Amino acid sequence: MIAAAAAEAHNAGFPLLSAMVLLPIVVAAVIALIPRNRTDIIKVVGLLGSVATGILTIVALVDFDTHAAGFQFVTQHVWIKEFGVSWKLGLDGISLFLVVLTGVLFPIALAGPKVKRDVKSYIAWMLVLEGACLGSFLALDLLVFFLFFELTLVPMYFIIAGWGYENRVYASLKFFLYTLFGSAFMLVGLVALVFLSTKGGNPLTFDLVTLADRQALAADTARWIFLAFAIGFAVKVPLFPVHTWLPDAHTEAPTAGSVILAGVLLKLGTYGLVRFGLYLFPKASVDLAPLLLTLAVIGITYGALVATVQRDLKRLVAYSSVAHLGFIVLGTFAFTSQGLSGGILQMVNHGLSTGALFLLVGMIYERRHTRQIAELNGLQKTMPVLAAVFMVVMLSSVGLPGLNGFVGEFLILLGTFVTHRWWAVVASTGVILAAVYLLWAYQRVFHGEPSEENRNLPDMTWRERGVMLPLVGLIVFLGVYPKPVLDRINPAVEHLIQHVQDHSDYRQPGVSAKHEVVDE
Amino acid sequence: MNAAYLIPALPLLGFLGLVVFGKCLGDPLSGWLATAAIGSSFVASVVTFASLVGHDEHHRSVTKSIFTWLDVGGLHVKASLLVDPLSMTMCLFVTGVGTLIHLYAIGYMHGDSRYPRFFVYLNLFAFSMLMLVLGDNLLVTFLGWEGVGACSYLLISFWFERETAASAGKKAFVTNRVGDFGFLIATFLAFLAFGSITYNDMFDKLHGAGHTTLVAIALLLFLGACGKSAQLPLYVWLPDAMEGPTPVSALIHAATMVTAGVYLMARMSPLLHEVPTVATVIAWVGVLTALFAATIACAQDDIKKVLAYSTISQLGYMFLAVGSGAYVAAIFHMVTHAFFKALLFLGAGSVIHGLHEEQDMKRMGALRKWMPVTSATFIIGWLAIAGVPPFAGFWSKDEILVAAYGKGKALWLLGALTAGLTAYYMARQVALVFFGKERWREADHAGTPDKAELTEPEPVADDHAADGHAADGHGHSAEPHEAPWTMTAPLVVLAVLAVLGGVINLPFGRSYLLEHWLGGVGETFHHAATLASSTKVALGAAVTAVVLIATAVGFRLWSTRPEHPELEPVVLKRAWGVDALYSFIFGTGGGLVAAEAAAVDKAVIDGAVNGTGSAVRLGGTNLRKLQTGYVRNYALGIGVGAVLLFGYAIVRMGL
Repeated sequence: MIAAAAAEAHNAGFPLLSAMVLLPIVVAAVIALIPRNRTDIIKVVGLLGSVATGILTIVALVDFDTHAAGFQFVTQHVWIKEFGVSWKLGLDGISLFLVVLTGVLFPIALAGPKVKRDVKSYIAWMLVLEGACLGSFLALDLLVFFLFFELTLVPMYFIIAGWGYENRVYASLKFFLYTLFGSAFMLVGLVALVFLSTKGGNPLTFDLVTLADRQALAADTARWIFLAFAIGFAVKVPLFPVHTWLPDAHTEAPTAGSVILAGVLLKLGTYGLVRFGLYLFPKASVDLAPLLLTLAVIGITYGALVATVQRDLKRLVAYSSVAHLGFIVLGTFAFTSQGLSGGILQMVNHGLSTGALFLLVGMIYERRHTRQIAELNGLQKTMPVLAAVFMVVMLSSVGLPGLNGFVGEFLILLGTFVTHRWWAVVASTGVILAAVYLLWAYQRVFHGEPSEENRNLPDMTWRERGVMLPLVGLIVFLGVYPKPVLDRINPAVEHLIQHVQDHSDYRQPGVSAKHEVVDE
Repeated sequence: MNAAYLIPALPLLGFLGLVVFGKCLGDPLSGWLATAAIGSSFVASVVTFASLVGHDEHHRSVTKSIFTWLDVGGLHVKASLLVDPLSMTMCLFVTGVGTLIHLYAIGYMHGDSRYPRFFVYLNLFAFSMLMLVLGDNLLVTFLGWEGVGACSYLLISFWFERETAASAGKKAFVTNRVGDFGFLIATFLAFLAFGSITYNDMFDKLHGAGHTTLVAIALLLFLGACGKSAQLPLYVWLPDAMEGPTPVSALIHAATMVTAGVYLMARMSPLLHEVPTVATVIAWVGVLTALFAATIACAQDDIKKVLAYSTISQLGYMFLAVGSGAYVAAIFHMVTHAFFKALLFLGAGSVIHGLHEEQDMKRMGALRKWMPVTSATFIIGWLAIAGVPPFAGFWSKDEILVAAYGKGKALWLLGALTAGLTAYYMARQVALVFFGKERWREADHAGTPDKAELTEPEPVADDHAADGHAADGHGHSAEPHEAPWTMTAPLVVLAVLAVLGGVINLPFGRSYLLEHWLGGVGETFHHAATLASSTKVALGAAVTAVVLIATAVGFRLWSTRPEHPELEPVVLKRAWGVDALYSFIFGTGGGLVAAEAAAVDKAVIDGAVNGTGSAVRLGGTNLRKLQTGYVRNYALGIGVGAVLLFGYAIVRMGL
């Protein structure tokens, strides 16, 4: 970890990452002090808080050393010395864009959908959620990670239960209990890992990097503990067959809740599989890869099939997430540069596209007060701008080249094909199915002659266009020129794959026959 | 040579400009902007072509890099253009025919409520199509490939208020995705086999890869080609695609996009050369598609449906040529077909327009008196597609059939039979539309479907037409009228090309211009002419005789009487029932599978979750009853427990 040490020395100034995590939580506390009826001030303060946090994430992006594989901006303060627990945060190519995505999506989620009831608590919870998400992505200490990981549940629970739709109580409770059930496994695994790693006189520590380098567990022990972690993350992803909390939570959550849930929270699961699965248990994750790949492929096809027949537009988007997250898990356990980089890029892509889809569905709901596909029709005639934006986002989700979704999907499938050919072939049928359910939904909602109830709905307002513009811009940019992003992801990914190779008998197949550069 | 960048860049600029300013420019300025964009792209193509001709014959392949698109691990993909005789031939006819069709659309779409958006899509299509043909690797080609597919989807369902148009667009996209699945897997395999997906790198390493891999790559790419170029069994989307506005049918679903599959096969010719079995498969799929679609075309009543099935059939000819190793003939026919089929579609559009959105040929007749330019040019298109000498189609079809004879006599026989059918159904079409009685007079317009009431654009500012419309509101009973000049000018230009198009590759002495030019692409484009010239002439004469007889018979039959039920069996009218079969399997069957999956999700998978929840709650509810609050109950529990523990301890101690 020389690189990390160097980066730490380099960045030993302003504690950027700590500021990123604490700022939204502090702003939430400030909001708690503002009188409940001053919603105008609360809105401004809340939005400014999340915008400022977003700016901090952009600062990190700008200052990020592109070619370094290790952790950067590392801060470490000893917290509980006896247990080897410290407040340790760091950023590398794997977490960088998830952090930026969080920084970008929260202001959009706050600025986009309007909330009428109890604005104060709503905004405060959203900010706590933002801090918790950033903390989870940045934590380099297992206990700190676990605390933030669990902390995300509380605000999300309240947001669904407090500002959701008809069936919100059932959905929020299911979300909370289901995820907590997964975390219980993870907690057991975490404690077991930490204590079993003291074998041979090693000091007790919760430090991620130290534990990953130590690799002190016996192979079958590591496999069981990996499984415990994997269950915790699989519920969060969610991976088939532990996905059924997602459609309910997504459908019942308020628009902003769905945007954050799909855009950021699900990524905690896939990010966790990479950071705490592959990194901590390289050998076990190689051994158990066929299991996870199979579940991922089932998720891709099954999620798409179930999405096809959904009657609720939001539920349809939710099931499409099951399919899309399946792609990410597939890329992760392909153990190739393309698969893993594609998977990480796809986490960002999915956050942008599905976040945008939920915003759009929310806009339709605000006007029409229904999400039932059967009650919507002809909306392209009524709302041409919204329809056009929906089309772009949908094509991104379908994986049209030139838009972001394709780049991730292509890299994932190619990377998987190299090591697990038939899994990739079956997963590729998901590309056909995605076109089926999304185009069919689009046709039913937007095409045809609008009925009486759908005829006089206003098109997107300028505020809504402003909210969608950055998302659509990023969707196009990442599709056309993903290089700056991939260049930052790749070193960390190569480093991780090297780590896996060092601690297992896996070798990445060498297909890298460099080709001649023509005309340069 | 840097003009090559401008070829795709100009339509892209046109697209961006129209996205931002389209609404302000409106009708017809936005149409003119789009036409200018593609027209200048044509000029850029000509300039690039000229400078490529200036290169010596062996250095006519130049790669122009723009930027690195993907660079991960061993995968390097650049966004770069491959400028060589093949891509330039494609660029020239795509932008050339494209410009004419854009011009035509200015008039055709006049009055449409979404006029600017139409041209947004049209320019985006042109950009995607040019990326497709210019891409120097499989992925850039795939970008264009999917881009044209998306534009096709948007344009087929352009009049989305119509249920049939919306469904047709979706059907086209989804069917194409099945082919794209093949394209994607082929790309992965190619990367694995060659370590690169750049065309020239792959061709350099062909001999390093296993034969089975090469066969798989070729077959998978052909699957993609079958989707895009509407071949068996993935052709079903193309007839439905006629729901789109007629300029779209002409540009995308006849002249350019649907030939992408043929282009891909020609581009991959070094690979196909290595795997002759796949070539044979391609030839057979091609000829069977050609014959199959031609039979259906004989019994269709919709003027555009006839042309759609005819397009499928003609594409089949191109694949027959590819499979026979005659890539030049395939490209030759692609170019002449673009001329005459675009002409026929635009002519059909003019007829539909002149008759106020009538598409049923049985309600037409004798239109030559009212639409002189349209009928004269349409007749030229007819003779060209039928293969009557010396029109363009004769030369290119002849080349293909000669090559097919070399590959296998059965292929030739089926190809010649198709040529006869083509001559027959086109004669039927011309006879029904332009000759015979004026059936549109008696046609009961009250009974027509309300299609015409939707956003089909109102006819254009031709003086007579305008008067006619002013007089009768909807204009149903107005006389047919000729189209304005923006629509007839492209017809005339295309008619000239349909007559003279053959000169680009005349089979005499030193001609063979196209063959020499395309020879610069690579060895595979030098088709060894193994047949004696006397055989060639004999074959040509035989096919021409068939064509002339079929033309005469078809014309005579259908110009005298518009009804011959015995010649229009129901099975052909219903296109052999394939659509019905597909919709049963994939619509009904697929729907059932999906519904079943959703039911399982609800009942079994989520059922288990809720079941666990219920079990816990049930357990809790029952256990709660133990908490009675009576001390005597608790005391009893403690007593019983103590006794049991004591007993257990005694047993364990082995007493």
